[in-house]
Amino acid sequence: MFRKSRAHFDVIFTLAWRYLWRNHRRTLIMLAAITVGVWAMIFMTALMRGMVDDMLLNGIRNLPGEIQIHHPQYRDDPSINNSIDPPDKRLLQALQIPEVQAWTGRVRVPAVISSERDSRGITLLGIEPESEVRLSFDLDSIAAGRFLKNSSDHGLVIGAKLAERLETRLGKRVVIMSQDPDNNIVDRGFRVVGIYKAKMASLEELYVYAGLETVQKLLHLDDQISEIAITGENYRNTANWYPQIKQATGENLQTLPWYEADTYLGAMLAMMDGFVLVWIIVIFLALSFGLVNTLVMAVFERTREIGLMQALGMHPTMILYQILMESFLLLFIGLLIGNVLAVSTIIPLQDGIDISAVAQGMEMMGSSSMLYPALKLNDILLANSIVIVLGLLTSLLPAWHAAQLNPIEALGKD
Amino acid sequence: MNITLRMAWRNLWRHKRRTWLTVGAMIFSNLLLVFLISLQFGSYRMMIDNTLRSYTGHMQVQNKTYNDDPKIRNSFAAIIPLADEIRHQLGTDSVAARGVAFAMTSSKQRSYGLQIIGVEPDFETRVSTLPGLINKGHYFTDINAEEIIIGSVLARNLRVDIGDELTLLGSGRDGSFAAGIVIVTAIFESGVADIDRSMAQVPLGYFQSLFSMGDGGHNIVINAEDLPLVPLVQQNVNDIVHQRKELAVLGWNKLQPGLKQAIQADMASAWFMYAVLIVLVAFSVLNTQLMSVLERTREFGTMMALGVKPIRLGSLVITETFIMSSLGLAIGAVLGSALAYYLSIVGFSYPGMEEMAGKFNLPDRMYPSLSPLSIFLGPGIVFFCSLLASIYPALRLFFLQPVSAMKAV
Repeated sequence: MFRKSRAHFDVIFTLAWRYLWRNHRRTLIMLAAITVGVWAMIFMTALMRGMVDDMLLNGIRNLPGEIQIHHPQYRDDPSINNSIDPPDKRLLQALQIPEVQAWTGRVRVPAVISSERDSRGITLLGIEPESEVRLSFDLDSIAAGRFLKNSSDHGLVIGAKLAERLETRLGKRVVIMSQDPDNNIVDRGFRVVGIYKAKMASLEELYVYAGLETVQKLLHLDDQISEIAITGENYRNTANWYPQIKQATGENLQTLPWYEADTYLGAMLAMMDGFVLVWIIVIFLALSFGLVNTLVMAVFERTREIGLMQALGMHPTMILYQILMESFLLLFIGLLIGNVLAVSTIIPLQDGIDISAVAQGMEMMGSSSMLYPALKLNDILLANSIVIVLGLLTSLLPAWHAAQLNPIEALGKD
Repeated sequence: MNITLRMAWRNLWRHKRRTWLTVGAMIFSNLLLVFLISLQFGSYRMMIDNTLRSYTGHMQVQNKTYNDDPKIRNSFAAIIPLADEIRHQLGTDSVAARGVAFAMTSSKQRSYGLQIIGVEPDFETRVSTLPGLINKGHYFTDINAEEIIIGSVLARNLRVDIGDELTLLGSGRDGSFAAGIVIVTAIFESGVADIDRSMAQVPLGYFQSLFSMGDGGHNIVINAEDLPLVPLVQQNVNDIVHQRKELAVLGWNKLQPGLKQAIQADMASAWFMYAVLIVLVAFSVLNTQLMSVLERTREFGTMMALGVKPIRLGSLVITETFIMSSLGLAIGAVLGSALAYYLSIVGFSYPGMEEMAGKFNLPDRMYPSLSPLSIFLGPGIVFFCSLLASIYPALRLFFLQPVSAMKAV
């Protein structure tokens, strides 16, 4: 039994392969179409994935963290009055789970910064430099001077754009003004010890970094903070460990994962997955017309042969298999070349594509001015399996049609 | 009907299924193209309109240095008379002068650093949609009133309501200390959190005295009737202000470069996708026409032996493609427009769009905008590329040898 089906397979394969190259022009054109289609599926998906990945990573870095803990009113009213206590024993214990890569507590309040030339509204961040670096701040972004040394550092790190606006520079003094919990205006002079350049220019103007303890002292906060930010290994897995943290923080605090804290980011991730599927299917549909057409023609031009084979005793299912095998070979070779082409065009682009010509537009979307294509195995597998499975399904119709031919009529055709 | 056309028509229907499959590929991509391009046009237009009409305006007259360096001292003098003159010369009221300064704004309980906009009460309503969004209180009537209008989120954060006082603390144009007390007369809600959180307006006259601006201000906002008219109006405004060398007239793409670039980036990725679709259709046409030429080798050989010139046969093949492409164009455009028209009435939404729309000042539903351009641009290109693809099969006929062709299987 096994040997017999093996022999059948060999015959079908040989016949299909030879038929394919009997009309090599048609086969080559169809292969070219499949190749272009598959290349476009994978290439475009990699670009879009790269953009959304970048958007999500930036977004989560700026939130910051995959999970954030706040006073329930803080997000609506980010004022000093909505501060919280530092993590208690229970939360500290929950933060020990292996999924947590880093966490930090920070003060984040609106403030005014003034140089002798100008004043600006900013967001003052009181941070612990050591954990902040692991979570959000990129040390490579320091363009001049240094980052803060510890939480009682008296220096200030500001963005390059803000320095320009304020007409100040490294080593100069600026004044920070904000309010304490009793609405008394508090201010303090700081020396600018570092200047950073952010991926997104608008953030450079917004965030000003100072030591946590220094800020707490300035704002009369004792040991209170505005938020706790926690980050894990991979933003796609946040939902798995989020419940553990939420349970440990209790009802009096608001604990949110990134996709709820910034619904735009959450929606982008979901939309991207949807886009990849729709794009692959649209391309496949455009291809399927040509595929069916090719097979219909292949059946049409050898109607007599098929009739003859049937007259000689070939079973109709064998004819069905044979047409399907032709379709499979076409799809398989097309996929092979398409995949190789896609991978070999993406690899040279791994160092990033410079799209700074539209940097401000990308910033509106939350993405930076370098685009790094992200080739994901899952996307490649999805594209390949959709093409093979749906391709064979659409080929069923012409194949079935061929198997239904009446041997006598088919033989009589010229 | 001439003979080539009639032959082409008959040839096509010899292979009904093949013809319909090729036309089907065209219809499919034309339908998609009409729908997507209309949707793109609709959303770009809305993005531009909503963003510009809320605050920025179509163009602004500014001090040359202000756009790159928006500081209080980069202002220009006699702003209200100039705005009056522009209004007079353009014959429109959609012109309003503004001043922009920074101040620490405090209520009894809270303090925020804010950008304070000085506006002309009589004309601000003509250039910005914000005054129309007031849901509590009334807009200013007096240009010198010590009053302020703020966004709803800001009001909530400052814990103030209509009639409450706010203290403004900042520095004037000359670096002097600027301090004043204003009364909240209105609260507006635009629905865009960023605007509702940060916008505060005071009357321009009061603004000028508070921040020691003299008779100066920072920009004059001018709106054209419609987006396509912007370049023309901009030219007129340029003529009006050109004798004042310190001034510049900036169009919306200079004022909001991100907007234009976001559209360009979106365009680029959209056209990549369209190009792939179009190439696939072209392959389909190439395949069909090449097959139809090859299978008729004998027929063509006989015709040539009878004295038909290759050019005639070539034009036959092109005519066949022309008929198929026309069918694809007509049916695809009709179906695509029908779909786009239906959605332009009921609107269109997909999961995640609400969040994305908010980022670009778009409503929750999108409405494709149909125009001759959005209908015929995509299908037109498909049509053209299909004809292009049939050139190769048609050219092959010129190398046909009648004798060997007649012997072909």
